[in-house]
Amino acid sequence: MKVLLGIGGSDDSIRALEKTAERAADTGDDLTVAIVENPSVEHSREDIEQKVTTVLDEFNLDAPIQHLEGDPGSALVDKAENEGFDQLVLGGGQTSPMGKIQVGSIAEFVLLNSHVTVTLVR
Amino acid sequence: MNTRTYSDAVADPYEAPPLSFTDREERTIEVRPYEGDEAEFEALVEMYDSFDPSDRAQGIPPGREDRIRDWLDNILDDECLNAIAWHGDEVAGHATLVPDGDAYELAIFVHQEYQRAGIGTRLIKALLGYGRESGVEKVWLTVERWNRAAVGLYKTVGFETSDAESFELEMTIRLNPSDE
Repeated sequence: MKVLLGIGGSDDSIRALEKTAERAADTGDDLTVAIVENPSVEHSREDIEQKVTTVLDEFNLDAPIQHLEGDPGSALVDKAENEGFDQLVLGGGQTSPMGKIQVGSIAEFVLLNSHVTVTLVR
Repeated sequence: MNTRTYSDAVADPYEAPPLSFTDREERTIEVRPYEGDEAEFEALVEMYDSFDPSDRAQGIPPGREDRIRDWLDNILDDECLNAIAWHGDEVAGHATLVPDGDAYELAIFVHQEYQRAGIGTRLIKALLGYGRESGVEKVWLTVERWNRAAVGLYKTVGFETSDAESFELEMTIRLNPSDE
């Protein structure tokens, strides 16, 4: 299966990266990692790429890492639809101090707009 | 980092618990602050363990007893303010303020056997009274926008919408003047 993981550097997106990499190592999924700009995240793209490389190495995956510019949600949906991906994977949201799940703005856009199957990792 | 907007005006000064009232089903309901004893904790676990899953909001209360206990440990911490609506020894509802930087996040749950009896309104007012009395300045919450009953309740007690752009509505209220 051809899987596109979108990552903007939030904690939940890092968790999604780890779980997706683990799964790809098990199943042989054809994984691509797309780094996007998440305005609510402070990490630089270089930091995120470094993290992605570390996790991919840990699972011996040779997955391409790409940087997407512009609005993150629409860039991910465009890429997933135009390049024949079977699944678009994102972090499943942060939790508030109360413990409420809060879906991020990128996931909101993707869920409502993507014609490709979306997975939110919890 | 968060830029929530709060009214400059302070909300009505609601009465702080303990207090009691008769609900629309003629039940005597007492609202008391959570004191931290084991019987209270177990009564809360019991309420959430039988909580209607369709009344869950954004993943809480969680759906398994061990997760309920972990979640309660977190929100019944000394830093949090909790008010419980009691019908005898049974918990009818629970409302909580959990610290979040310079503000508090609010949530309220009324067990399905006690809904539509006016308990939610009295309980949230009591919690806001408790918060005001304890010096809490700012309170925020999120609510699923289709949940009209809840949105109506929050508006009635003085919450204003601060963010309508996401899946959930975000609402805020000010309980004490800013000390800046």
